[in-house]
Amino acid sequence: MSGTFTKAMARNIFYGGAVFFFLLLVALTFDTMGGLPKSDNRANLTESVLRGKHIWETRNCIGCHTLLGEGAYFAPELGNVYPRRGAEFIKAWIKSQPTGTPGRRQMPNFNFTEQELDDIVAFLKYTSEINTQKWPPNIEG
Amino acid sequence: MKYSSQSVAMPYFIAAIGLFVGQIIFGLAMGLQYVVGDFLFPEIPFNVARMVHTNLLIVWLLFGFMGATYFLIPEEAETELYSPKLALLMFWIFLIAGAATILGYLLVPYSTLAEMTGNNILATMGREFLEQPLITKIGIVIVALAFLFNITMTMLKGRKTVISIVLLMGLWGLAIFFLFSFYNPGNLVKDKFYWWWVVHLWVEGVWELIMAAILAFVLIKVTGVDREVIEKWLYVIITLALVTGLIGTGHHYFWIGTPSYWQWLGSIFSALEPIPFFAMTVFAFNMVNRRRREHPNKAAVLWALGTGVMAFLGAGVWGFLHTLAPVNYYTHGSQITAAHGHMAFYGAYVLVVLTIISYAMPLLRGRAANGERAQVCEMWAFWLMTISMVFITLFLTAAGILQVWLQRVSDTPMPFMAVQDQISLFYWMRLWAGVVFAAGLVTYLASFFVKGDSKPLIHA
Ligand code: HEC
Ligand code: HEM
Ligand code: HEM
Ligand SMILES: [Fe+2]
Repeated sequence: MSGTFTKAMARNIFYGGAVFFFLLLVALTFDTMGGLPKSDNRANLTESVLRGKHIWETRNCIGCHTLLGEGAYFAPELGNVYPRRGAEFIKAWIKSQPTGTPGRRQMPNFNFTEQELDDIVAFLKYTSEINTQKWPPNIEG
Repeated sequence: MKYSSQSVAMPYFIAAIGLFVGQIIFGLAMGLQYVVGDFLFPEIPFNVARMVHTNLLIVWLLFGFMGATYFLIPEEAETELYSPKLALLMFWIFLIAGAATILGYLLVPYSTLAEMTGNNILATMGREFLEQPLITKIGIVIVALAFLFNITMTMLKGRKTVISIVLLMGLWGLAIFFLFSFYNPGNLVKDKFYWWWVVHLWVEGVWELIMAAILAFVLIKVTGVDREVIEKWLYVIITLALVTGLIGTGHHYFWIGTPSYWQWLGSIFSALEPIPFFAMTVFAFNMVNRRRREHPNKAAVLWALGTGVMAFLGAGVWGFLHTLAPVNYYTHGSQITAAHGHMAFYGAYVLVVLTIISYAMPLLRGRAANGERAQVCEMWAFWLMTISMVFITLFLTAAGILQVWLQRVSDTPMPFMAVQDQISLFYWMRLWAGVVFAAGLVTYLASFFVKGDSKPLIHA
């Protein structure tokens, strides 16, 4: 770095650049929030879905599964499990865990009530209807 | 050690290393669960081990950052710490809160823990990396504020160098962006959108400021290169980091229900994110080559150079690998992500913390540098951990490519669990590489106990 490029110049570019791009991020965030109603499936954000999300969080399902590709990579993607398996399969599956198959990855039993199972399914259905730009590539997630 | 209050850094460093050991033990447990699925089930299910692994990582890195700051700020500001007592008090609060949280994960069912700790008042738990109970999150904020108060007051009464200003900006940013962890809307898309304001804006934003400042400090000390030169580099690096990384957040907004223009913005800006990491590598080598003195602490120089190279590989190269939207469409949420996450965290943040520990610990123990044998042991630890991390990354990348191929690209896609069976060989190899990593860590611990003729302190 030559003598003509001084520390003061470097500093000014830093502050200018940081502020500018942060404000740009904020502006884009506002724009995104404005556009979300078209893609985030909020029309179907029912009480049951909200309860389902709460159950999803308080059981730490994300610690084994991905949801829309984010989370852990130990167990299947669940963002599209609703179209993949359907409501009845999902409920029956959760109730019948763990499989106990020796050596196979295990999912705990959470002793859910029928109501709670319906809420989880509602949450997974809502999630599967978010517009994700056609991700995942196929039904296997 | 030039100021006696710098010694508060010592417990922070020791705690960091202790928690690092815990992190790796749980990493190994999970590595085994990947191939022997029922290992430790139902006592420690995978998700619990994962929370412990990742939360210990974050907490020990924070301990490392705080220790680094307590060591570095008095020396930069040329004054004693504002309050060493407050620093020690915060140490114990943070350690006890951290330990209690980990024990909570291990001993109490997660939903019970949530109920016990006020999650029904404000639900923040159950999201990746932000699993901590509400009271822990509040505790983190309190510790962070007390810490920042202490550091800011120290700086106000002393010399204000570029290094300390950049470090302080990074630390304030860390605390401020953490506040988004309290925002958890029911709308999943918004939840995910702002979740990244913690996770991405940390590792690809403000943490880079912290990392660059710590690296610059160590490089000044071990090379004796003129401060003016190093400070100019520092500004250039952090400018590049924020200019690319802020809008680069968009590489997480491709498939989560956000508008499609993010595919362009995220791809373009994040494709430029490797540049600041590359600059850091060049910076480190350049300064070492232009060194004006032979510092007796050879190990610290090795860690510093290692940070430059591995951060560039893990964040820069492995980040670039999957950051363009058309690629990420296939790799999103696969073992490729895990490969990148490991090498990036290790290369950038683990190594920068170990760099400052390597430089500062001998000084805190009253010597300029450790003896020859201790340093050789430490350098063995560097190579064992670094090479095994390269292999962990390579095996996960191989697993990831096969996974993506069999499950997502193929015309006859296989189900997730069937694919996992197909690629288990690579998980076994990852596990063995992990065992070598653990051996490296043990070597590292041993290096603190190797006796020998340490290099005495000569005050300039
Ligand atoms: C400890 C890890 C773990 C946790 C926690 C966990 N799961 Fe699972 N889950 C698994 C594993 C492993 C499988 C695949 C098991 C198999 O195929 O034998 C699975 C499979 C499933 C499936 C079937 C997917 C399919 O495509 O067939 C559903 C649905 C599911 N889990 C829902 C949940 C929900 C909802 C939660 C939270 C309440 C949860 N899981 C928590 C490990 C976990
Ligand atoms: C310093 C060294 C390490 C660092 C910095 C580290 C970091 C991380 C991070 C950041 C994650 C979350 C990954 C993500 O979400 O993409 C993670 C998960 C994980 N780590 Fe590590 N880790 C280290 C060592 C190890 C070792 C030695 C092993 C085992 C051999 C291991 C096994 C795992 C496993 C199995 C996961 C879970 C992946 C999943 O979600 O399926 N880690 N680690
Ligand atoms: C030291 C800096 C970095 C660290 C510590 C880091 C760490 C991580 C981690 C842990 C994840 C997984 C998050 C999750 O669990 O969902 C991730 C995801 C990702 N990172 Fe980084 N990263 C860094 C820098 C970069 C850079 C510079 C790039 C781009 C060039 C990049 C590109 C990505 C992408 C595209 C993803 C999303 C992967 C997916 O779709 O699943 N990262 N990073
Ligand atoms: Fe990112």
